[in-house]
Amino acid sequence: MTPSVRRWLCLAAIAGFAGFYLWGLQGLPGFGRYPGPYGNIIASHAVEQAHATGVVSAVNFDYRGFDTLGEEFILFIAATGVATVLRRLRGERRGVPVDQVGGREQTGTSDAVRVMAVLLVGPMVLYGWYLTSHAQTSPAGGFQGGVVLASAVVLVYLAGQFQAFRRITPVGLLETAEAVGAGSFVAVGLSALAYGLAYLTNILPLGHQPGAVDSSGTIALISFFVGVEVSAAFAMMVAELLEQALVIRETGT
Amino acid sequence: MSALFFAVVAWVAGAGLYGIVTSRHSVHQVIALIVLQTSTYVLLLGVGYKAGGVAPYFSDISRHARTVDPVVQALALTDVVVEAAVTTLLLAFIIQAHKRFGTVDPQQFSQLEG
Repeated sequence: MTPSVRRWLCLAAIAGFAGFYLWGLQGLPGFGRYPGPYGNIIASHAVEQAHATGVVSAVNFDYRGFDTLGEEFILFIAATGVATVLRRLRGERRGVPVDQVGGREQTGTSDAVRVMAVLLVGPMVLYGWYLTSHAQTSPAGGFQGGVVLASAVVLVYLAGQFQAFRRITPVGLLETAEAVGAGSFVAVGLSALAYGLAYLTNILPLGHQPGAVDSSGTIALISFFVGVEVSAAFAMMVAELLEQALVIRETGT
Repeated sequence: MSALFFAVVAWVAGAGLYGIVTSRHSVHQVIALIVLQTSTYVLLLGVGYKAGGVAPYFSDISRHARTVDPVVQALALTDVVVEAAVTTLLLAFIIQAHKRFGTVDPQQFSQLEG
């Protein structure tokens, strides 16, 4: 198919879609006129029911925890997929870590980047941990915190320390952390069954003060495990991509 | 206002789709996919918006405050994470495709397979 045929087919498809889209919009409530009632009910009950003042986290890890479980496994499988696709192929060997991308001038890491990256590692770990442990009260949670924690690990690489980066991201540890994080989410859900309750029912004590660190029962716990899984998954995917760029090369080069 | 909102969603989605179809570079194509997916965030957050509503975090506001729909916000969060994971996986495929075919032009992949 030539590019111009492709373009015209695409434009025709978009035009067709536009027709259905406009048709589908007829009769929808206007912008800002949310019809409810699902969101309204959750917003007005979550603080009482789950002792979580961050209602988005309550939806994520409690009311619709089952969706989040599926989502977490998408991440899990994607990380496994990246590791599988980027494995060392036949005819490839591991070399000394050097940027092998052609046509790019090789320059050392500047001192400014080095210093800033090293200085930021600590605060990033702290911030990531803060986000992971405050799902019940703020726009935070394991997903956000996990990504920030993984970014802290990437800062070590940015500081020009690929060897140090590899030392703190051993494949065995990351794979274990990923599996433990994902598995614990499933286990927390299953433990409700032992009490004769539905899967992922919030069975832990909810604490006295909604939004406090010890409140919200399984919401905080699941957020922690999600943080472990997400940080490990992202650190692993970054490590695999860096391995491709720096270490793995064809035999004979 | 309503029309503008749905037009933004359609525009972002259309731009992303056009980018995917006409792309001559796989990395560009993945970025176009991200643009296409971004339209779903706009759509999700938009349908849950309530005129005058605030964010559904009750730490420092009244329990009875008028808030936007928390459910679509949770869905958008899900959407972002899935996008990040899928993007990484696609980039991994592009690296291997480049090694095997020596090109990252998606329009040449089909010719190479034969």
